Amino acid sequence: MLRYAGRRLFSLAVSLWVASLVIFLALEIVPGDPAAYMLGINAQEDTLAALREELGLNGSPMERYLAWIGGMFQGDFGTSYTYRTPVSEMIADRLWVSLPLALFALALSTLIAFPAGILAARNRGSVVDVAIMGGTQLGVAIPNFWFAMLMVLVFAINLRWFSAGGFPGWSEGIGPALKALTLPAIALALPQASILARVMRSALLDTLGEDYIRTARAKGLTQGQALRRHALRNALIPVLTIIGLQFSFLLAGAIIIENVFYLPGLGRLVFQAISARDLIVVESVVMLLVFAVIMVNFAVDIAYAWVDPRLRGRR
Amino acid sequence: MSLLEIENLRLGIGAVEILNDVSLAVTAGEILGVIGESGSGKSMTALSVMQLLPRGAGCSGRITLNGHDVLAMREAEMCGLRGQEVGMVFQEPMTALNPLQTIGDQVAETILIHEDASRAEAMERAHEVLRRVDLPPGRVAPSRYPHELSGGQRQRVCIAMAIALRPRLLIADEPTTALDVTTQAEVLRLLKRLVAEDGMGLLLISHDLGVVADMADKIAIMQHGRVVETGRFSDLRDPYSLALMEASDHKPDRAGHAGETPVLSVREVVRDYPTPRQGWLGKPGLFRAVDHISFDIQRGENLGLVGESGCGKSTLARAILGLEEVQAGAITLDGQPVFDGHQANRAVRRRMQVVFQDPYGSFNPRWTVGRSVAEPFHLLDDPPKGAAREAAVVEALENVGLSGKDRQKYIHEFSGGQRQRIALARALIIRPDLIILDEAVSALDVQVRARMLDLLADLSDRLSLTYLFISHDLSVVRNVTDRVLVMQGGKIVEEGETEAVFVAPRHPYTRQLIEAAPRLPKTA
Repeated sequence: MLRYAGRRLFSLAVSLWVASLVIFLALEIVPGDPAAYMLGINAQEDTLAALREELGLNGSPMERYLAWIGGMFQGDFGTSYTYRTPVSEMIADRLWVSLPLALFALALSTLIAFPAGILAARNRGSVVDVAIMGGTQLGVAIPNFWFAMLMVLVFAINLRWFSAGGFPGWSEGIGPALKALTLPAIALALPQASILARVMRSALLDTLGEDYIRTARAKGLTQGQALRRHALRNALIPVLTIIGLQFSFLLAGAIIIENVFYLPGLGRLVFQAISARDLIVVESVVMLLVFAVIMVNFAVDIAYAWVDPRLRGRR
Repeated sequence: MSLLEIENLRLGIGAVEILNDVSLAVTAGEILGVIGESGSGKSMTALSVMQLLPRGAGCSGRITLNGHDVLAMREAEMCGLRGQEVGMVFQEPMTALNPLQTIGDQVAETILIHEDASRAEAMERAHEVLRRVDLPPGRVAPSRYPHELSGGQRQRVCIAMAIALRPRLLIADEPTTALDVTTQAEVLRLLKRLVAEDGMGLLLISHDLGVVADMADKIAIMQHGRVVETGRFSDLRDPYSLALMEASDHKPDRAGHAGETPVLSVREVVRDYPTPRQGWLGKPGLFRAVDHISFDIQRGENLGLVGESGCGKSTLARAILGLEEVQAGAITLDGQPVFDGHQANRAVRRRMQVVFQDPYGSFNPRWTVGRSVAEPFHLLDDPPKGAAREAAVVEALENVGLSGKDRQKYIHEFSGGQRQRIALARALIIRPDLIILDEAVSALDVQVRARMLDLLADLSDRLSLTYLFISHDLSVVRNVTDRVLVMQGGKIVEEGETEAVFVAPRHPYTRQLIEAAPRLPKTA
């Protein structure tokens, strides 16, 4: 088990390194000079040069890459070209919105998907199954921004249970902050839960057809017992894979929902930074997201081994 | 009063009739062998007793198990009966266990489900049960997972789960079909012992008369969902029963025309596989699957290669076919090497063909039979085209007893036996010198197998073919080969004229194999 985790950790480090190279090179070849962009077209040549110097845009790519990576290790992500504030602070502020939102949405989606998938698989072919599968079909098909707007209309404008957008900050207390994240989390969770429920259902149906379920039934287990004790854990592998992919998506892909609800999250930050050619911010956020995705994959790998003893011995 | 009484059982799935008027009885301490070819309804009969039938199945008639009227019982009551009064063991030990649970837990579960025992008590009793099936906790820890056990050990775990509560009746559905002969003999011995110790009834289902013949008190022969006859083995008289007996020990007529010139020559062949590294910096190990093997096949000869799973016989077959490169030694066909540098030698490849075991997995389901059969033509430099190609396909199909029209059909339209014939037609089409038959008849029912063996014998006489006949089934090898090689652990431990080896085996392993092989008792 430890050896397995060690292997995974090593491949994690390699992935991170490769990703940092790719991000740096990709942004190096993006056309456009941030200094020229910041100062406008009428800028003097010597002012431009001074700004380039200040932003650390001079020097060989190798030097700049090393400076960037080295800084990151010390928590120094550089200074935003446009806002002139440390990138690390900007990211930290936004992360405190995006990360809880992603976790909230993931929790919701899992809480909805597991029972729905299990219920549908247990009652395969029945009205319950058809209803749940129909519902998930809708959940996948409805664009989540439209659903978000609908919720704003109903719960914020008509019923006045929630505010229509914005984020009070965690300093106001956990209650109001979570309340502000509730509608966005639901909007994000809806398609995810629908997909996850379908995966759960089909994985369960697959395992329910396995020989060991028949063996369990021959031992005297009821259908429900066989499902709980034998099928569920075996069905978890594909489900975990999807959960891992979904978390990564929720963290980075909430940009539209953040816009609908005026949430100061990472997605909006990247969007603004790209429009402003604020490359240092883009680089850092993308690197951070890559880091998060790779960490999530690592966690999923460890979860696989926890679920499946056959993986523990493997190297 | 019998322990199990099945009276006039009828079973249909949808509109299809599966069982028609089946009546059987098992008394306590008795072994009833149920024999039939695939689709005869023997497994469905067993599943009816357990009431674990597939969806949409409906049965009528009467099943009385230890005084319970099974067909009248509700599902909840059946759950109380299964595992408690009747246990069941299935065919495939590799998939019959939950891969995520330890074997101790899985055996203890039978106890926990039915009795109000604590986990520790159940575990303790599970250890006891595992000891009864010859898996003593000291040697095979109950904390192991199924993937850490061999097939035979897994089947013992399945038996342990089924007998943990000492049920009155045990149903074993082809319990040894997936196992090697020596393991099969051990598992059968174990079942017999458990029946004697617990006075339990055993319903033993098999397609192989030889497996059941010495062991069962009574035998029921099934065909097309009916019981043909029931009785002691020596009393079986029905023509169908006799036909099954003949087929299971069928000896095809062969002219036998082994020449003096070797076609294939294998010299000191070694095949190694790397094993995972030990530790971060450790060297990868080597597993020697084929260890310095040498032999010749004469033109026209039928050479048998027997051995248990994992002995390296299929690896050797792949090496001969040039599918994998060998680490040392030489394989030549008529003096030409099979491997030319690091590439398979096409000139040699086109003179050898192979038929594999699985008649279902060895065809592309989206190709017509004609296209599959014609595929080996790509080995030729100048393959026939148009009408000549069609004619060759028709000829190959007719050679194996099928119709030329079959070439327009798809593979799912054929039965297992017909598929093996098509596989043989595919092998024949480029008129090879050597055909490797890798367990080619192992998956077939006995009667189909007998006809396939006749066909092989006839073709080898007519087309002067040479066969390398790889099998774990000793009776088949004995009946169709001139000479036999016995392989164990990557080495050939014995070789000689087939009859001589079977009558007077010299190596202890050969003796062990021959003793373990199920045989029909000689009847008058």
